[in-house]
Amino acid sequence: MSNVVIALGRSMAGSLRDLLPIVLVIAFFQLVVLQQPVPDLVGLLTGLLCVVAGLTFFIYGLEMGLFPIGQVLANAFARKGSLFWLLVFSFSLGFGTTVAEPALIAVAAEAASVAAEGGMIESTDSARSGYASGLRYTVAFSVGLAIVVGVIRILKGWPIHYMIAIGYVLVVIMTGFAPREIIGIAYDSGGVTTSTITVPLVTALGVGLASAIEGRNPMIDGFGLIAFASLTPMIFVMAYGMVV
Amino acid sequence: METLSQLLSILLSTIRDVLPIIAIVFGFQLLVIRRPIPHLKRVLFGFIYVIVGLALFLLGLDKALFPIGELMAQQLTDPAFIRGTVATTGEALHWSDYYWVYIFAFAIGASTTIAEPSLIAVAIKANEVSGGAIGVWGLRLAVALGVAIGISLGTWRIVTGYPIHWFIISGYIVVVIQTFFAPKLIVPLAYDSGGVTTSTVTVPLVAALGLGLASTVPGRSALIDGFGLIAFASLFPMITVMGYAQITEIVARRDRRRRERAKMVKQE
Repeated sequence: MSNVVIALGRSMAGSLRDLLPIVLVIAFFQLVVLQQPVPDLVGLLTGLLCVVAGLTFFIYGLEMGLFPIGQVLANAFARKGSLFWLLVFSFSLGFGTTVAEPALIAVAAEAASVAAEGGMIESTDSARSGYASGLRYTVAFSVGLAIVVGVIRILKGWPIHYMIAIGYVLVVIMTGFAPREIIGIAYDSGGVTTSTITVPLVTALGVGLASAIEGRNPMIDGFGLIAFASLTPMIFVMAYGMVV
Repeated sequence: METLSQLLSILLSTIRDVLPIIAIVFGFQLLVIRRPIPHLKRVLFGFIYVIVGLALFLLGLDKALFPIGELMAQQLTDPAFIRGTVATTGEALHWSDYYWVYIFAFAIGASTTIAEPSLIAVAIKANEVSGGAIGVWGLRLAVALGVAIGISLGTWRIVTGYPIHWFIISGYIVVVIQTFFAPKLIVPLAYDSGGVTTSTVTVPLVAALGLGLASTVPGRSALIDGFGLIAFASLFPMITVMGYAQITEIVARRDRRRRERAKMVKQE
């Protein structure tokens, strides 16, 4: 029991250190640059306390739950040798974690209002919500596809940089044809799709697969799934903007 | 009491976000793999810690950091504040008059990245896989520097109004060129660090900064120009992480050469 307390205490100190820069930046700008008093100091302090405690628990649980389960699944799939089920799993992981992502829901709603402003769709609520949910499923599908492609890459040992370079070329080509209003959102959508829980799980899956398969280096082949997941949404959102 | 109900609603929405993941993971485990999960109890407790931790984290951000961060983003981009720092009022604002905005973008980009939970997760994993060759802090600081540069450049773009794709495409060219010179081991991790950086902490604060700036700078539309900061924040870490690996390699090579030279001198 005391071990747990010591471990928690140690990671709490770590979390405090992680948050210190934000506190310093905000204090400096508020007091020195803007010269305003800090509003609601009590609320601020309790909030910070919650953030520190939350970060501590999150990292503690990460090593207990998320990392091991990713590893276990990767090992099991590698041993079972069923490519079909591995790819089905990869796709559902990518699709399922993205479609409900709150940041994506927010971005899709913004994109719908941009599209309405730009005259691409009618400015009615139903047109907008239809556009937004179409966009959401497009992005989720593209993330699922990205994880599938990334997993195939790990299995085959293809070098990542050619694939990413091809992706970049596609992004550049699409940029030339996509409506101007959608470009900013499309570029942003790459970054917002990968959530705090998806990242550790997907990373553990990639590294686990690369360590379980003979001839793969976990460092060279294990990483890179997130890179695919943040590239394909850009291409698909621009395509969506062109088609709809 | 209000905080408690807020915590409860955030907890519920976190559970709702995690539910698909749990369903997929355990569904495949039970139906396809059909093997019991080792240390099941420990794993379940781990999930509970993750959910509770994330909910507390989000609650704290909602209560403490986001309101003040968003307020500051508004105040710093307020034309009255920017005019106040310029001696001659009445003139059109030059892009350099927004210098506090760029400094704030740099500082908030770096400091929020340090606290980003998913980056911590990837750094832990990379440290473990590389056998300690990639330091947790080295990676986190390299990524933080990249986000800081990216966001301050992104705010400068909003002020000047240059098209976003020029920046992104030139960034891509730099990434592709660097890939050929960077140590092979770091490349996939560097590519990953682009997407990892922008999640719970960074996105809301940065989005507020972008929208605030785009709505106050004359001639910009919040809808079109307000976006794009996240794209900058996920491009530049790739460059800095590869740069970090290149510099460590150069330093290591120089040290080795110096040591060999010292050995030769001794032998003589």
